[in-house]
Amino acid sequence: MPEIRVTPLGAGQDVGRSCILVSIGGKNVMLDCGMHMGFNDDVDDELEIKAYYAGHVLGAAMFQIKVGSESVVYTGDYNMTPDRHLGAAWIDKCRPNLLITESTYATTIRDSKRCRERDFLKKVHEAVERGGKVLIPVFALGRAQELCILLETFWERMNLKAPIYFSTGLTEKANHYYKLFITWTNQKIRKTFVQRNMFEFKHIKAFDRAFADNPGPMVVFATPGMLHAGQSLQIFRKWAGNEKNMVIMPGYCVQGTVGHKILSGQRKLEMEGRQVLEVKMQVEYMSFSAHADAKGIMQLVGQAEPESVLLVHGEAKKMEFLKQKIEQEFRVSCYMPANGETVTLPTSPSIPVGISLGLLKREMAQGLLPDAKKPRLLHGTLIMKDSNFRLVSSEQALKELGLAEHQLRFTCRVHLHDPRKEQETAMRVYSHLKSVLKEHCVQHLPDGSVTVESILIQAAAHSEDPGTKVLLVSWTYQDEELGSHLTSLLKKGLPQAAS
Amino acid sequence: MQCAQIQINYYYVGLWTGHDFHSQFPSFATCSKELKECSGHVFVDSVPEFCLPETELIDLSTVDVILISNYHCMMALPYITEHTGFTGTVYATEPTVQIGRLLMEELVNFIERVPKAQSASLWKNKDIQRLLPSPLKDAVEVSTWRRCYTMQEVNSALSKIQLVGYSQKIELFGAVQVTPLSSGYALGSSNWIIQSHYEKVSYVSGSSLLTTHPQPMDQASLKNSDVLVLTGLTQIPTANPDGMVGEFCSNLALTVRNGGNVLVPCYPSGVIYDLLECLYQYIDSAGLSNIPFYFISPVANSSLEFSQIFAEWLCHNKQTKVYLPEPPFPHAELIQTNKLKHYPSLHGDFSSDFRQPCVVFTGHPSLRFGDVVHFMELWGKSSLNTVIFTEPDFSYLEALAPYQPLAMKCIYCPIDTRLNFIQVSKLLKEVQPLHVVCPEQYTQPPPAQSHRMDLMIDCQPPAMSYRRAEVLALPFKRRYEKIEIMPELADSLVPMEIKPGISLATVSAVLHTKDNKHVLQPPPRPTQPTGGKKRKRASDDIPDCKVLKPLLSGSIPVEQFVQALEKHGFSDIKVEDTAKGHIVLLQEAETLIQIEEDSTHIICDNDEMLRVRLRDLVLKFLQKF
Repeated sequence: MPEIRVTPLGAGQDVGRSCILVSIGGKNVMLDCGMHMGFNDDVDDELEIKAYYAGHVLGAAMFQIKVGSESVVYTGDYNMTPDRHLGAAWIDKCRPNLLITESTYATTIRDSKRCRERDFLKKVHEAVERGGKVLIPVFALGRAQELCILLETFWERMNLKAPIYFSTGLTEKANHYYKLFITWTNQKIRKTFVQRNMFEFKHIKAFDRAFADNPGPMVVFATPGMLHAGQSLQIFRKWAGNEKNMVIMPGYCVQGTVGHKILSGQRKLEMEGRQVLEVKMQVEYMSFSAHADAKGIMQLVGQAEPESVLLVHGEAKKMEFLKQKIEQEFRVSCYMPANGETVTLPTSPSIPVGISLGLLKREMAQGLLPDAKKPRLLHGTLIMKDSNFRLVSSEQALKELGLAEHQLRFTCRVHLHDPRKEQETAMRVYSHLKSVLKEHCVQHLPDGSVTVESILIQAAAHSEDPGTKVLLVSWTYQDEELGSHLTSLLKKGLPQAAS
Repeated sequence: MQCAQIQINYYYVGLWTGHDFHSQFPSFATCSKELKECSGHVFVDSVPEFCLPETELIDLSTVDVILISNYHCMMALPYITEHTGFTGTVYATEPTVQIGRLLMEELVNFIERVPKAQSASLWKNKDIQRLLPSPLKDAVEVSTWRRCYTMQEVNSALSKIQLVGYSQKIELFGAVQVTPLSSGYALGSSNWIIQSHYEKVSYVSGSSLLTTHPQPMDQASLKNSDVLVLTGLTQIPTANPDGMVGEFCSNLALTVRNGGNVLVPCYPSGVIYDLLECLYQYIDSAGLSNIPFYFISPVANSSLEFSQIFAEWLCHNKQTKVYLPEPPFPHAELIQTNKLKHYPSLHGDFSSDFRQPCVVFTGHPSLRFGDVVHFMELWGKSSLNTVIFTEPDFSYLEALAPYQPLAMKCIYCPIDTRLNFIQVSKLLKEVQPLHVVCPEQYTQPPPAQSHRMDLMIDCQPPAMSYRRAEVLALPFKRRYEKIEIMPELADSLVPMEIKPGISLATVSAVLHTKDNKHVLQPPPRPTQPTGGKKRKRASDDIPDCKVLKPLLSGSIPVEQFVQALEKHGFSDIKVEDTAKGHIVLLQEAETLIQIEEDSTHIICDNDEMLRVRLRDLVLKFLQKF
């Protein structure tokens, strides 16, 4: 029994790490360990991989893996809402056997992006107005650029003077990447990049660690995004004690990180060396994460129309909720294996064969007839030679194999009580059959015989009994049904003549 | 101009589309208002007009798909999409569309600047045209020549294009799959595979095996083609592009060192990138560091910028650069260091920045319109200056004709990186198509060099050639199409090994066809006869879904057959020999069975049970098909 097997090695009910093993059609594919970008790569003769735009970060892609007629789509991280610098993820109605989707935000339904952005700008603006410092922990690529574009345009519009910094030397390099890979950004940026490169910021400058102690308001983008180490954490420790300051967490934080702690309301943090850090600064959370939310995940499932869905990346409880929702709405089975747990999906792939055009055309031509509504049977012979399967007409199969047809014919004698002459008997047979077999071609031939389709009926005198006539009904094996039907019909006798 | 059309599975796929460009330059008045004479040549004084691909022959509204090979091959697209009733889809790669847009934008811009309001039409009268000197009298289809399109039409045409990536498989109508492959000639340039499950046609147009800036040509995917349509070979088979680039650089350096200016009539994209890259490596060693390079085109800036963002369409070396991240083309550095400056036109900033001696890249390479016209007039009178022709599309002598007499030096360094005949032979040996189809002129040496038998396609079997407006029947017959057997049906099949390695199974199934995809499903279960009850009409028991009996093959060995009869309780069996076989008589049952090599005939009374028993006994000795 053919099947597809999926084993998450580092993404099952878990956020962050990602590594999934898929076995399909005898091929093993490991997902997420760095893939070469391209479109439709025939990796070998049978395995085919197609990339779709995922919108999560620059260059993010979803992959369709196909072997024969079986296929799996793996989304990786994706985002179904276009933003200021990336387009939305998109997939066609590819109907895979299995869709493996990330479900980081399995139960979140985000409010409109515009509201979130306005909220964000308002908070940053208020903090800066009151002379506070704003820390925005980010990862170097992705949301950082999105928020930079947002702030840059806001600063421009409001004519603000407070400095905006971007930590580490990454700014320039990251923006250079963005410029060279502009074809991966959204339509608007691509269209206008010759006139104006959105990633060349006027107001955003490179950050130096000494700046953190500068007096007055400022906004700093610093890495990493979950406040678990590095520059963002350093700045956080410096600024945490002042209630005028603010930290805005724009994305998901893994349990155990400082980011996660302050978001869950903790205000006293134990730092290394038993030191306790009191958080007086304002803590804000805004989901600018470029992951699909529950709505987006449902949307993608709807677009791709998979036969089943498998959830990875996420917390078990939330995934369970989404799983039920998917099963209800799309009536497909949904799985959420833990790391190391294998999901096996039996598949029943159809078998592609070559059909001779002659046979196909003959059938299609009949399909055009008025009574084509009825299901019709196609008859042929499947010739299997090595892995080459061809469906041809029986005649062609015989011919190809150099075999002669063996004709099997039956002739049945039907005795009929009828004292009239043979010709008259034949005539009566003809009228009877003509009236009964309306859907068949019944003919009376000049030599006195009657045909129904290709079945021949002749009337002869009985050698001993002049009151009996013998009907000879003759047909080939191919007309077996009709021939058999006719003999039983004639056995019942002919209706009495009206006279 | 390249335009080919292939019909496969009833769908028309148009391949192409460039346009020949014919236009004559205004100069000195002579006999009529339209015709002008200059240095013994006659010209038509008119707004430039364009010769379109053949559109009379086909109804473009029946074309389902247009596949674009490269940005030079889409210049006529607005004429097709905007004015012919064409409603199909156009496929092209992103660089093709973006750079194609730039080429069209430049063209429209140039033409709009031509002050002529009138199209000349009198000379197109066949009786007049016949009397005109060459090349006017030889111009084809002059009545169909058209004026340039507008930017609005360009935008509308381009909005109808579907973007595709290399190796992307595009399903058309469920019947055909088309795939663009890198052709190595220009950014995003493509060859196309058009295939069904059993036939494969490759369209090879404008391909290059040289290492320049684009991704190398994908040759491997062209293998196993039934037909390979070959077009867009180099226009200058005798010129070696590398040698030409060398000559270009040395002539440029020579002129500038002597205090002269260099004019390079060119398109705003393509070879110019390679030339700038060569100059980037060359100028310091040649002591040209202080010479300004000007690139003047309404799309100069866009072209230079766009070239840097198509990393995935570039050759390997350039691709690796963007991961550093560095711009893939060195002209970024030339611009940064002010060695290369670009301007939308020679008006405005250029006039104040302009320093001589200098090198100017500008269009149009036909010398009939665009800023190049002004530079020809400005520099034509001094022998210090040089015009260097690099674009192979136009005869430089014809291009220069209206400017004669000319003092400036003219250097002809056509750089055409497309396949030459040696490369074609190598390619065809490599990919081995069953048939090659190409324009007639590739199958014979050029008329001017009729002894050069090496300047033609040499392949086995000989290439099939076509002429303008000729319909060619491709020499292959479609025999098979793909059909899917549903798993339930496949399970029910009973294969039988008929010869070693060959198995057969008879198939009776329901055919479903949707969107040109065929599927075989198991036949519906036979409806159980409603036992004993009277039926209203005798015809009711004819099944809707008539089960046709298979064909039979084999022969009946009489002795074994008789044994079988005996085993099944028949006695009183008599066997008689006949001329062609035997007759088996069952005397008691008054039944006669004629057995011959290829036929069996059972003659019996109307005893269905008996007949069926005998039938089944006979069938045991035969194979079903």
